[in-house]
Amino acid sequence: MNAESSAAEVVGLRAVPWDGAGHGGVRRKVVEGLVQAGLFGCALLSIFTTVGIVLVLAVEAFEFFREVPLFDFLTGTEWAPKLAGKFGVLPLVSGTLMVTAGAAMVALPIGLLTAIYLSEYASSEVREVVKPVLEVLAGVPSVVFGYLAVVTVSPWIRTFFPSAGVFNVASASIVVGVMILPMIVSLSEDVLRSVPRSLREAAYALGATKFDVTVKVVVPAAISGIVASFLLALSRAIGETMAVALAAGNSPNMTLNPLEAAQTMTGYIVQVSQGDTPAGSLEYRTIFAVGLALFVSTMFINILAQWFVARVRMKYD
Amino acid sequence: MAHVEPQTRHRRRALLSQTFALLCLAATALCVLILIVLLLEVLWQGLPRLNPRFLMGSMSRFPEKAGILPSLVSSLWLIGLTTLFSVPIGVGSALYLEEYAGPSRWRHLVQLNIANLAGVPSIVYGILGLGLFVRTFALQRSILAGALTLSLVVLPIVILAAQEALRAVPDSIRRASYALGATRWQTVWYQVLPAATPGIMTGVILAISRALGEAAPLVALGAATFITFVPVSPLDEFSALPVVIFDWSSRPQTDFHQVAAAGIVVLLTVLILLNATAVYVRYHYGKRIRW
Repeated sequence: MNAESSAAEVVGLRAVPWDGAGHGGVRRKVVEGLVQAGLFGCALLSIFTTVGIVLVLAVEAFEFFREVPLFDFLTGTEWAPKLAGKFGVLPLVSGTLMVTAGAAMVALPIGLLTAIYLSEYASSEVREVVKPVLEVLAGVPSVVFGYLAVVTVSPWIRTFFPSAGVFNVASASIVVGVMILPMIVSLSEDVLRSVPRSLREAAYALGATKFDVTVKVVVPAAISGIVASFLLALSRAIGETMAVALAAGNSPNMTLNPLEAAQTMTGYIVQVSQGDTPAGSLEYRTIFAVGLALFVSTMFINILAQWFVARVRMKYD
Repeated sequence: MAHVEPQTRHRRRALLSQTFALLCLAATALCVLILIVLLLEVLWQGLPRLNPRFLMGSMSRFPEKAGILPSLVSSLWLIGLTTLFSVPIGVGSALYLEEYAGPSRWRHLVQLNIANLAGVPSIVYGILGLGLFVRTFALQRSILAGALTLSLVVLPIVILAAQEALRAVPDSIRRASYALGATRWQTVWYQVLPAATPGIMTGVILAISRALGEAAPLVALGAATFITFVPVSPLDEFSALPVVIFDWSSRPQTDFHQVAAAGIVVLLTVLILLNATAVYVRYHYGKRIRW
């Protein structure tokens, strides 16, 4: 380290090569302007992406709704585009909701209890083991869960319930539940930890047990954030594709029986994409109409979740 | 209400508290158990099928001959190009939002938009790619169309991670640089970006891992589940590791399920290598920073 640069290096600065500025700084101004414009362009691209999604979906869906009335699409109870020309989306919606509800039943209780354990009970050693485990679980690709649903979970369900089909909603629900679990745990744990210590101490001072403090003080204080984590996880479950395409089956089926096969909105898009559907045909356009329904519903839930997150920020920031 | 002795009540409350603690512990243990079962199940099924012939073999309609080389090479092409597209644009957006745009309505709108894009299901990006890249730009079902689509999928991840890394750089660095007469871009390029690099790299690796595991957008684009050649150009037709795993898992024959498990072992191995790199980068470069 030479004497000249030592002062700068102590504060953590790096050397900057001389850029020839000083003659009115014109070159500097040009570079600065170009860079700023370039970076602005990068940021603009994310806006274009949203506009692109909306346009692509809307244009093809518009063509679709010129042939199939929107009302019939939203209220029809039969989905058989190829065989019978029936375009009622409700069976796909019910398939999606069944899988999502099942996933919620698996993931919400386990996720919340784990988050509470990590935030309120666990020693730092335990946390250092469990948090990476959850990160790894969150990083496992969706198709791997699909494989497990078909090869492991479904046969296991069929030993307990012999009436279950090879493809069934229950196996899809279970693996999707596991997939959204890490998300619920990490988001909920963050909000639980952000509840001020003083609230807990005040409750202990009044003679509360750990259970009272956790369930009656900490969780209610963090409830907005917990709800937000649930909503984000549900939106993820609705959009989940490969696992449900493998496990739930390909039969659009309005059923409340989790042991039967069904088809989700995402599963339908996969099914059509795998076949050779000519561009411009009505069947080709169904995926844009279903995609639009999927986009609008997940977007709605995400915005709702952000509203809840904003409420947490207002409370403790 | 019946009168209850204070001591009994106290014992009951203590018991309830302990039961709840146990319940929470059980849920946490279950999370760990799930991962162990998942890995063991895949290894148990997949390891016997994992051999050089599988790794170097081409695709086949017969499970005993099926190999993964074309799909593995496709996946490497895809993540290479995706990184090339998404990292400069993602880091650029983050720099704009953190270092250039002041607090304004416009900045708030862009930020909100990125948060929403992060929540859009990946298959919707696939439909966008189908309409935009495959049809409108006439790229056909090429590696390039796949990589562009995957870039849009991971862009929000890169932007959000880079923003967090930039925010962690202390303001004193920026002020010191300005005090020495540096311009805004000189400050960003020579001081802020190098300091934020470990954090940005971690986010980039996370994004690459995501791109590697994504099958849904590629299936929507019309990625092939069966190609007979190893792609050599960005305009070639392609498949991808998760896409062929999906195809093998969807077949009724259990022999194909074993092939799928072997493919999953390869996929998870690549993912673990990527994440180990992230941990190394975080550790190795993280300790050089002295503030």
